[in-house]
This record gives sequence, C-alpha cells and structure tokens, in this order.
Amino acid sequence: MSNLRIHEGPATPGPDVSRRSFLRTGAAAVSGMAALAAALSPLRELITNPTISVDQFLQKHYREMSPNEMEAALGRIRAKVEERYKVRPHVRDVKAMDGVEFAYALNLSRCIGCRKCVHACVAENNQSRSPEIQYIRVLEMPRGTMDVEKGNHHYDRPKVPDAAHFYLPVQCHQCANPPCVKVCPVEATWQEPDGITVIDYDWCIGCRYCEAACPYWARRFNFAEPSVASEQINPNMAYLSNRPRDRGVMEKCHFCLHRTREGRMPACLEICPTGARKFGNVLDPASEVFEIIKTKRVFVLKEEVGTLPRFFYYFDERYPNALDPEALAIGERLRREEGELFGAAPGRGGPDLGADMGAVAGATPVRWDGGRA
Amino acid sequence: MRTYLQFLWRCFRLSFVGDRRYYAWMFVLTAFVLLGIHAYSRQLMQGLCTTGMTDQVSWGFYIANFTFLVGMAAAAVMLVIPVYIFKNRELHHLVIFGELFAVAAIVMAMLFVTVDLGRPERFHHLLMKFNFPTSMLTWDVLVLNGYLLLNLHICGYLVYCAYRKRQPGKVFYIPFVFVAIVWAISIHTVTAFLYSGLGGRPFWNSAVVAPRFLASAFSAGPAFLILTLTVLGRFTSYPVAPRAFMTLRVVVAVALSINMFLLGSEAFTEFYTDSAHGASAEYLFLGLHGRWALVPWIWAAVALNMIALVLLYLPVSRNLKVLQAACVMLIVGIWIEKGMGMIVPAFVPTPLGEIVEYLPTLNETLVTLGIWAGGLLIYTILVRVTVPVLEGRLTYDQSFAAATEGVGPVSLPTPESH
Repeated sequence: MSNLRIHEGPATPGPDVSRRSFLRTGAAAVSGMAALAAALSPLRELITNPTISVDQFLQKHYREMSPNEMEAALGRIRAKVEERYKVRPHVRDVKAMDGVEFAYALNLSRCIGCRKCVHACVAENNQSRSPEIQYIRVLEMPRGTMDVEKGNHHYDRPKVPDAAHFYLPVQCHQCANPPCVKVCPVEATWQEPDGITVIDYDWCIGCRYCEAACPYWARRFNFAEPSVASEQINPNMAYLSNRPRDRGVMEKCHFCLHRTREGRMPACLEICPTGARKFGNVLDPASEVFEIIKTKRVFVLKEEVGTLPRFFYYFDERYPNALDPEALAIGERLRREEGELFGAAPGRGGPDLGADMGAVAGATPVRWDGGRA
Repeated sequence: MRTYLQFLWRCFRLSFVGDRRYYAWMFVLTAFVLLGIHAYSRQLMQGLCTTGMTDQVSWGFYIANFTFLVGMAAAAVMLVIPVYIFKNRELHHLVIFGELFAVAAIVMAMLFVTVDLGRPERFHHLLMKFNFPTSMLTWDVLVLNGYLLLNLHICGYLVYCAYRKRQPGKVFYIPFVFVAIVWAISIHTVTAFLYSGLGGRPFWNSAVVAPRFLASAFSAGPAFLILTLTVLGRFTSYPVAPRAFMTLRVVVAVALSINMFLLGSEAFTEFYTDSAHGASAEYLFLGLHGRWALVPWIWAAVALNMIALVLLYLPVSRNLKVLQAACVMLIVGIWIEKGMGMIVPAFVPTPLGEIVEYLPTLNETLVTLGIWAGGLLIYTILVRVTVPVLEGRLTYDQSFAAATEGVGPVSLPTPESH
C-alpha cells in the first residue's frame, strides 16, 4: 500500500515538501469546491422553494394511474392552483365518450380574420399571457393562392376583412395519423378514442421532437414559467386539457375536451361571430360536420404528408361572411340559381348549414349533441 | 478486484499529475466547465427561455452540436477499419486514441441532448415508457449507449491488460471491435433518420441525409484525430509514425470528396426543381424575403471545405503543417454545415410559412462551451493515463512514482473545431 501515498509533482522525499504538497493539494481542493459552489449558485432557490414534490415526481403515466392515484393527482393540481392563483378550481379527468369521433369544419368563405377565436381559446385554456402562447394562428392570405408562405401572420388592420384577402385559421388538426405521437420517446402524447391527440403535461420531458414533427406548427413549448393573472384563470379544468401547465413541457389545442366531452362546443366555435366554425361527432349521420364532409368540397392542409387531419376546410360562397356586401350578393345569386336548378334547399334533409347566417357574438351557445348528453 | 480498484485509483491520481502546460490546459478547461455549469444552473431555474430557441425554431445550437458530435464519435471506425480489416501497421497502436475520443464524443453528445430537455428531472420516464421501436429518439438512446459501452469495454480491456502485463485475449475484444464497426455506422444513421423521417420538414425529408452525415463524419473525425496525434507526438514519448498521417490524409480526402458530392446533389435537387420544398435551402444559401442570417456561414463552410479539399489532393499537404491547416478548416466547415446549417434551416420558414431567425444567446453559448470543455477534459485525462500504461511505465508491479518520472505531459490543442 506504500505506493498509494499521494505525490504531487516530482517525488522528492522529505517532510517539508510533503507538508507543502499537502497544503497545496488542500488549497486546490478547497478552491475547486468553492468554484463549483459558485457555479451552482443559481440552484440555491431550489432549497428554499422546491418546485417539485416527491409525490409529483413519482406520479405515473396518465394511462397507468389507478382511480385513486388519479384522484391524488387531481388533488395536487387543485392545491397547486389554489396556492398559485388563489382560485378554487373544478378539476376533473374527463374521459372520451363512446361512439364519438370529433371532426372540425371551417368555412373559409365566412371567416373574417377577427381573431376572436384566438383570444377565446387563450382565455378558456389558461394559456400563458406572458410569454404569450396561442393555439390558433390566423393567416391573412392573398386571394388566389393556398401557399402558406404567401400568408401574413402578423396582419394588423383597423378593420377586417380586407377585400383582397381571405383568412386561414390553423390549429391542431387532431390527425388520424399523427407524426407528433409517433416521434414522442416517452409516450407523453397519444391519440384518444374520440380522435383528440392529448398530452400528459406531467409526463412530457420537453425534448420538443413532436414540435419538430408537426407539419401544421400546432404545438407550443413553455420556454419560460407560464403566467396567468388570478382573475383570468378559468377554474373549469381537466387533467388532459386546460389545467395550468408547468415550464418546460409541450401543450396544444385539444378541441376543448373538458367542454366537448360533455356535449358543449369548443370555445373558438362559440365565440365565432360569423358561424364559420362547425364541430361535431363525425360518426353521427345527423350531425352538421357529417353533412358538411359529405356534401361540401372539403379539403385538408398538406394532404400529401399523409397525416389524415380531422380538421377540414371548405369554401362555401352561398354562405359568405356577412360583412362583405359583394360576397353576400354572390351568395344570394348562387342560392337562387341552385333553387332554380334543383328546386330544393341544400342539405337535402340534413341540418340547414346556413341557419346561423349572420350569427353574432353572444348568441346562445349551441351543443354539438343537440342537448342529448 | 483489488488490483482493478488500485488501477482505477492510480488512473485518477495520474490525471492530476503533469507539468505547467498540462496544468494550464486543465485549468482553462475546468474554468469553462464551471462557467458552463453556472449557465446551465441558470437555464434550469429560468427555463429554456435563456436560449435563443422559440416555438418557430425549436431546436438550435445544442442539437446542432449533438449531431456533429455523434458523427465525430462514429468516425473512430475510420481508424479501426484500416487496422482490423486492412491490417494497417502504422495505425495499429494509435487506434485506441480514436476509440477513446469516441467515448468523449458520445458523452458530449449525450450531454447536449440532456441540456436541451425542458424537464431533465423526468429522465426516468424514458425507462418507464420507452416508445420503441416507433420513436427514432428511442433508437438513438439505445445505439448511443451501446456504442459508449462497446468503446469503454474495448479501451478499458486493452489498457487494463497492458497494466497487468497480460496479452489481451482476442476473444474478449476482437468480436466487440467488429460489432463496434457496424455500430458506429448505425449511430450516425439513426441520428440522420431522426431528421429525415419527418414528412413535415422538407429540408430534412431527404434520403441523402444519412449518407451525407456519414461522409462528413468520416472526414471531420479522422481530421480531428490527425490533430490529436500531432499533439500526442509532440508532447509525449509515444511513437507516432509520419506514415500514419498519410493514411489518414487519404481517408479524410476521400470522405470529404463524397461529402461535397452529396451536398452538391442535395443543392441541385432543391434549386433546379425550384419548388416550394426548396424554401429552407433558399434561406440557407441565398436568404429568403430579406432574411439571411445563415448565408455568410454556409458559404464560409463551403469555402473552407473546398480549400481543404484542394489542399488534401495536392502534394503540398504531405507537409504536416499544411495537412493540419486543412484539417482545421474542414472541421470548422463541417461543424457549420451539419450543425447550424443542417438543423436551423429546417425550421425556417415554419410549416406555416413564418420566418423567424435564430441566434444562440450568451447563456446557451456558455453551456455549449462548457460541454465541449468537459469533453476535452475527459479526453485529455483518458489519453493522459493511457499513454504511460501502454508504454509500460504504469503497471501493477511498479510503484506509482515510476509512471510520472521523466515524462513529458500529455496535452491537447485548443478546440479548433469550435
């Protein structure tokens, strides 16, 4: 064992040298530790204010939690919301309904680009106000193209719509073949039975691979601690949808599942002043979306990437936006001509797709299930 | 077992022994590591908003360096193949330094992925819900860890045999060497598939990404080893035959030629077709709608690579100084081309046509420098302990002091690739 003594530099015998070398080693070690402590100093806050509890750390994946474990997780969310926002929330785990597959349809002839959907979504889903996180992006598109690169993301007009443009709102398309789900290394995002792709915010590791994979730029990352004022908190929350998120995780549109899984409409649709947005159960032949997908010439964005979106667009000039007199005149003429040709209103017994023509904000919210649920 | 622990302990002690230049080099590296740790602590507390990344450009400097380093790690096979398949003599006793570098490069690559995570403390979720084989990221986790273990085993076994003055048993390492050759190609292929499998990013969605990655890695990696061997020959008594450099020179020249050919093929397809798919390439090479942050960089990279290529094919690069200069140029060129030049343009424009540019912040740069310094620190220590063991100066039956007597230190140049 004698050869295990520490030699610093040339091995010269003698007690003086060894004491000096001991002191030198000691001084180097102490200053090294001090430097490391200084380097780690930003972490001091963790000691006084731990951001994560042991229970939360050990929490299981959403799909592996027992009812009791889910109740405990919901309790932690409640406590956290109460502590952070001084609001008593109503937090639930809302499951998908049997025999329901959601689909969305958007009439581009009606959209006026007012962005009310964007802000209603932010308010409903407790998105961070600073930094700003929004699930819906509205593009102002020049007429005559569907090339998104020609669109303007940051249009700022005193009055919309602008006659030379149409408006293209984009949000999560809830794809039937979602690339984001495919790439997630930890299965923190998956497709639910009703077609909604959800995220377990407590499971996401924040690698942002899904954000790179999404062809619709529908996913958002919490680069900083999200901040929402207490008075702006929507206390009606669900585990997989609008409960407050943490820093460092992904989030995205979930078709307001805490509303829609109870028969209500998503917030973006409810606020839409022109009735451009249609939502419902595509498995129900009596539903409006079923009728639209069946009878209108609907299309999806980037069909060539094979994602099979559940978000459909269509132009329906017979029911244009009510703010454009020229478009209204065209719609009037088209409806008249069709009546002369076929002698019947469109829809042929289905829902009247023009019924909420001229709808205004604040009109009675409709339910996609017709009040059956 | 006791001998093995003593071996580890002696290696640990040896890493603290050296001359003034060795201490200065280690001090500088340690300082950068500490700065990096400090910057990362800040990132942990505030979030990834301390970086220049946004929802538009959601991967940046970290992932760029990760990609580059996976290639550097894979490039160790460019020493292994000549030695174990073509029985090259000059490289035989040098191959271990390639494998040791692979270890350091993999550690750096893994650190870069880790610092890119929003919730690193949830790392164990990977063990509990491993989305294999669907997610290419899980493939990457497997192949990178596997490659690290393979190289640790091969190097550790050979060095420990030398320490014990035993002849290495071929069964215990030759099969692993051959597995590692295939494995090295797999790590960079899987990393390329990570990108090329995304249909929503036309810039990456190209079959040529994986071959390009391999070609660029097989030129930048051996180029780095040329520089390492230069340092080794200069600062230690370890024999480095001049002919070893000439063998590597050929490897670098051929790989770089293939890389430039593939880059040209990619550019032709994008620009001649002139479809909307080419928007990212246009942003990278020409600028798009008045935004051109990456244009000077990519042309600098192309210029550096072209000059290096010409030098490598001319007899003038038989001169070691010229060869080293060419190596530095191509390492920098490839670092730009497959780092920032590969990752960032895929996000510009976004899938919705928005153009947001990306620039790394100071904090992000410090974390990056810290990881590079840490990797070089690891490599320096590995080389520093390996040399005396292989030279027979540190063995189980000699006193520790024998290893440090009358020996020049082992040191490395500043990180040119940065």
